[in-house]
Amino acid sequence: MVIDPEQDCNRKWKRQGTLSVVALTIAVVMVEALAVFTGSVAAQDTAGTSAQVVDVVVVPVLKIDTGDTAWVLTSSALVLAMTMPGLALFYGGLVRSKNILGTIMQSVIVLCLVSLLWMLVGYSLAFGPDKGGFIGGLEWVGLSGVGSEPHPIYGPTIPHQVFMLFQLMFAAITPALITGAVAERMRFSALLLFAAFWSLLIYAPLAHWIWGGGWLGKMGALDFAGGAVVHISSGASALMCAIVMGKRRGHGSDYMAPHNLPFTLLGTGLLWFGWFGFNAGSALGANGVAGSAFLATHAAASTGALVWMGVEWLHRGKPTVLGVASGAVAGLATVTPASGFIGPFSAIVIGGFAGILCYFAVVWKGRMGYDDSLDVVGIHGVGGVFGVLATGLFASKAINSAGADGFFFGNAGQLEIQAIMVCAVALFSLIGTWIILRVVHAMVGLRVSPEDESTGLDLSQHNERAYS
Amino acid sequence: MKMIEAIVKPFKLDEVKDALLEMGVQGMTVTEVKGFGRQKGHKETYRGQEYTIEFVPKVKIEVAVTDAQVPRVIETISRAAKTGSIGDGKIFVRDLSAAVRIRTGETGETAL
Repeated sequence: MVIDPEQDCNRKWKRQGTLSVVALTIAVVMVEALAVFTGSVAAQDTAGTSAQVVDVVVVPVLKIDTGDTAWVLTSSALVLAMTMPGLALFYGGLVRSKNILGTIMQSVIVLCLVSLLWMLVGYSLAFGPDKGGFIGGLEWVGLSGVGSEPHPIYGPTIPHQVFMLFQLMFAAITPALITGAVAERMRFSALLLFAAFWSLLIYAPLAHWIWGGGWLGKMGALDFAGGAVVHISSGASALMCAIVMGKRRGHGSDYMAPHNLPFTLLGTGLLWFGWFGFNAGSALGANGVAGSAFLATHAAASTGALVWMGVEWLHRGKPTVLGVASGAVAGLATVTPASGFIGPFSAIVIGGFAGILCYFAVVWKGRMGYDDSLDVVGIHGVGGVFGVLATGLFASKAINSAGADGFFFGNAGQLEIQAIMVCAVALFSLIGTWIILRVVHAMVGLRVSPEDESTGLDLSQHNERAYS
Repeated sequence: MKMIEAIVKPFKLDEVKDALLEMGVQGMTVTEVKGFGRQKGHKETYRGQEYTIEFVPKVKIEVAVTDAQVPRVIETISRAAKTGSIGDGKIFVRDLSAAVRIRTGETGETAL
């Protein structure tokens, strides 16, 4: 893999201090050489142990930092908790009681399925050696060559495998987010096929474009923790899914209110909790950028919740619990791409706009004529687009020297790059999703039968009921 | 004999029950019901999506009384169940042709 540090300087794992770590590492390469040459993994061994063999090999060995590794491992587990049980309960509480198991099942099984695919093929396609800026090569299929040695770009202080694992959790939650748009009506077999195709054909290329050495990353596009890769991609795909799948039976006439908002709140809490791993973990180290990303994440979530509540109170007369939950998630999704590049007050502004924009996106959904059942478009799509653009406004090198300055810090060009990223990711997701849906429909049919839909997914797809 | 059916706000049930016992009514049957009159339903809003709930929860109290008790029972229920706002409920009176106490076989007003 050829790595051009200049072109890679804006990638998300390229944090403050990375360059100095690399420089330091090169300086100790000679000293480390013995350990590598003898096959030892004790890369921590330093001066003195190998003075006699400094002339044997020159292999760039990077030093694993235990603190960094511990944090990214922990963050990976936090992001797992976002999908299961976080998202599963968040969505599960929003559907009718006859569909909660089917809805939870979608998040859980997508997590399992994508995890496997990612280890086998997905990771190589996303992060493997670059092929024309568009896709990663197959060199790392089956995790061949992805071991405990750090990769010089993908977290130079953590084992490469840990980086892969952290990214796996991102790959798993993204298609799970889309299931909110097709809730209460998608055939289970169709969902499995869709998630598999989507993960390999949409997510992996997008992750490559932005984080894996692809064309957007080289252009300098900033996406710290996945505003484009995760939220715009899932939001745009959710829009296409809602349009192609059609409305739920009885949409607009039947009572389709959430059946268990406490579950949804529980899910919100777990999402919020896990999001600290999602955003602060994206620093790929236990360091200052992780700390400021953590702070930005919390600031935006709190502000998003308060502002959504306030807007709804003014607009509808009552502050709602679901509004607070939705506002928090909107704030979290929106701040994601910016989280490692901005200060806390920028995060408050971003979270506040997230609360307003996503609220009206969700309310106006009814006029658009599609049934995005659990508001993936309104929250993740709209939040993702605004967040990616806001990154171009609020990013500051004072916060993260590996990033770039945004519009408000004297660099108008960054906003343009961010806009290109929004369009490219949204278009690719929309078109790719349409094709995948057509193929899956031809294979097994996308929707359950009307009778099964009225029975509910729990009984019709899984022969179980949640409440007996 | 008359059967008096009163449909009242659920939170007023205890007050109505106590008032009826105080005036000498021996027993009653209570059912949780749903319905609407002029109050109509209420609105629920989820992320801006509005649902109108037409049927409002109410409690139906059934009391079997002698003809002589009817005016006082109606007056007692009205007083106890009244809040003055819309949705306080209604009282219906119908004829009761027979009554039997199962344990003793008594019939008519003595069975009440």
